[in-house]
Amino acid sequence: MKHKLIDVASVIRSKNSGPYELTFDVIFKDVEMYEKVKRRAIFNEKMFAELYLIPESEVMGVVHFDPAKAIKITIVRPIPSGALGETDVYGAQQHSPLMKLEFEL
Amino acid sequence: MDELRVLSPTAILGYGFPMESFEEGMKRMPHVIAVDAGSTDPGPYYLGAGKSFTDNNSVKRDLEIMIPAALEANIPVIIGTAGGSGARPHVELTLKLIKEIALQKGLNFKLAVIHSELDKEQVRKKLREGDIKPLPPAKEMTEKNLDEAVHIVAQMGEEPYIHALEEGADVILGGRSYDPSLFAALAIKNGFDKALALHMGKILECAAIAALPGSGSDSMFGYLQRDGFILEPLSPVRKCTPLSIAAHTLYEKSNPYILPGPGGALDLHACTFTPVDDNKVKVCGTKFVPTEEYFVKLEGVRHVGFRTISCAGVMDPVMISKIDEITHEVKKRVENNFVNYGIRDFFLDFKVYGRNGVSLFEKNSKSERTVKGEEEYKSDELLVIIEAVADTQEQANTICGFARSTLLHHGYEGRVATAGNLAFPFSPSDAEMGKVFEFNIYHLMKMDDPLSLFPATFMEFSHGEINQKQRNEYET
Repeated sequence: MKHKLIDVASVIRSKNSGPYELTFDVIFKDVEMYEKVKRRAIFNEKMFAELYLIPESEVMGVVHFDPAKAIKITIVRPIPSGALGETDVYGAQQHSPLMKLEFEL
Repeated sequence: MDELRVLSPTAILGYGFPMESFEEGMKRMPHVIAVDAGSTDPGPYYLGAGKSFTDNNSVKRDLEIMIPAALEANIPVIIGTAGGSGARPHVELTLKLIKEIALQKGLNFKLAVIHSELDKEQVRKKLREGDIKPLPPAKEMTEKNLDEAVHIVAQMGEEPYIHALEEGADVILGGRSYDPSLFAALAIKNGFDKALALHMGKILECAAIAALPGSGSDSMFGYLQRDGFILEPLSPVRKCTPLSIAAHTLYEKSNPYILPGPGGALDLHACTFTPVDDNKVKVCGTKFVPTEEYFVKLEGVRHVGFRTISCAGVMDPVMISKIDEITHEVKKRVENNFVNYGIRDFFLDFKVYGRNGVSLFEKNSKSERTVKGEEEYKSDELLVIIEAVADTQEQANTICGFARSTLLHHGYEGRVATAGNLAFPFSPSDAEMGKVFEFNIYHLMKMDDPLSLFPATFMEFSHGEINQKQRNEYET
């Protein structure tokens, strides 16, 4: 069955983690869905690299954090925060591809 | 002592807090009031320019409440990462506000000022000794990085704060700090578990952001006990839940299980989050894993140039469909126009909102759309921000102004509307943005003594005035 991430998550966000990294949090509404997504490894380096069209080597980590039924993905920031060419100094609006994400369970 | 209580009035000094929440906090008889005043989030400009991203009046308002209340309760106030970035000018900026408050209110107290700005040569020596390593994805430090750096700060741990407390400081004004350290210093000094103290600080430094509903301008209270710590929001409209506290651990961090800081990392693998009453949460099980050697984090920026921008709207459908070609042609024209005039080294960018202007992955997502054969542009209107960065403000003005006039009258292929291509909302159309900085130092530096980088100066205020002898000593 196909699910939209925006339907099953209560929080989807992006933010700098220091000037050189960008980190994404997905917090699920309920434990069951979180567990299923975790078990099937829906979120992984390859999938995230494809979603953001970046090399897989730029994905620094995908961590499942049970206490918050959350998944955290951290990537290398395309440019350091505030460098020439910047469009989002805080990195707070880079989550939108995740909002359109659909996955099969 | 079985419990150490910490009041965190607000997430960032100057973001404010309701008086009711602060008073609730004081009723709980805190042992210390601590507040974080900074962040690298607002970008490299503030560290470079020596300015704060918070407003002076807002900072003064918060301090004017916190300092007298703490002095009356005979507890210390600790301010970390003063002035937003914690370099010397930022600390001086906040020091000036504290002096004003002291004078206006005739306060008596001992102030400790702890600087965290490093001398370049001090860092160079460490670099040559091989004591500096990058924080990936930042690259290895070079001597050029150091030559170009405008301000370099190091993040202090709890040690300089403990030292200031031992010296009897009532108010401690600190430079760049690892945020949890200012909340944890008094507890660690009193023999509480370092892991729990730092983890509690990690949450308290954002005040009520970890509550539900979250707020960066409301207070939070922490009760550190021997086996864990309890968090309580101070406004009746907020609650801490196990989920809100656990979720906060994710915030702005790369890995929620391992939170590195000076001298070691917090390990959250064994943490439990348990509800207490209906608005409090108890956290247990945090571990501190020290690193073999003691490292502090360095932050530095370099001056890149000066920026001028011009903002303009577009709603011509022909122009919208050709916007990439048009900006490309204009860029070429600008380069060509000044190549023999001597302005060659500049950065010219067109940020096109309504067309992937926000995404940091712009190039990627555009090619994806092309591959998928999707419609490239869907917007009826675009906002174009012309940005020029050059060695001087005058050159940046020249490049931006020329790009603006060229874009305004550019005769692109298929043009129907021949009067002008841009809708300017403002006159003048161009704005000087001043100096531009970039982060160029984000490294770890090995230290033998966690105190040695962060010298403290003490000042006695009597009826709001500093003893003249001490003032001279400080100024020299």
